[in-house]
Amino acid sequence: MAYAELMIRPMRQEVTRLGVTELHSVEDVDAALGNMEGTALVFVNSVCGCAAGMARPALARALRHDPRPDKLYSVFAGQDLEATARARSYFGEYQPSSPSVALLKDGEVVSFVHRHQIEGRHPDQIAALLTEAFDIHCG
Amino acid sequence: MSGHVFHPGHDDLHGVTVVVTGASGRTYVGRWHERDARGVTMHDVAIHDPATDESPRADWLARQRRFGVAVVAKFLMVPVDEAADVRRLADAG
Repeated sequence: MAYAELMIRPMRQEVTRLGVTELHSVEDVDAALGNMEGTALVFVNSVCGCAAGMARPALARALRHDPRPDKLYSVFAGQDLEATARARSYFGEYQPSSPSVALLKDGEVVSFVHRHQIEGRHPDQIAALLTEAFDIHCG
Repeated sequence: MSGHVFHPGHDDLHGVTVVVTGASGRTYVGRWHERDARGVTMHDVAIHDPATDESPRADWLARQRRFGVAVVAKFLMVPVDEAADVRRLADAG
C-alpha cells in the first residue's frame, strides 16, 4: 500500500539532500545501474519508522566518510514499486528487504546491509557497517 | 534504538527480524508481529525443516543472515507450544 506522497516527502528529502539521486522508474534504474563501472550505493528507502528512521541518519553519517562510492542512488520501497523491483534485479542473490543498502562495484554487489542489521541499532553502528565496506571497495 | 518501542501498543520486538526455534526442530525467520495466547505471529517468513531441507540448520541460518530472508510465507502463526526460543536474527549464531 502506497502512502500519501505528502507524508513521505520528508523521508525522500532526508536522503536527496545528501546528494543521493532518487530513481523513480525502470528507465531511471537501468540508466544508473546498467553496464555501470566504478562503485555505486543504492539505498532502499522505507517508511518503517523503527528501521528506516535509523538507516537514513546512518547514511548521512557514512557519506561524510572518505572514501565513499562514486555514485549514490535510492529507490523507495512500497512507493516506487517498479523502480524498486528493477533495482533489486541488480542485487543478485540478495533477498529484498527494506530499508537496506547495496554497494555495487562494476555491476556486482560487493556489500549488502540488510534490514536485520539495521533494526535496533544506533545510526553510528549502521554507519560503521557502511564505511567499513567503503574502505574495502571504494578506495 | 535498542529498547525503544517505536510502535505504540506493541512489544519491543515488533517489526524486528527474529529467529524462532520450534520444538518440532523447524526454524522460522521473519519479522515479529506479536505474541498472544495462541502463539507468535510473523510476517515474511523463511522456514527450515530438518526433515525436508538438505542443508543443515546452521548453514541455512548463515545464508539467511548473509543474503537476507528467503520468504516462503507472507504471514505465519507459530503455535505457542512450538515457539521454544526467540532471538534476533542479528544476534543468532
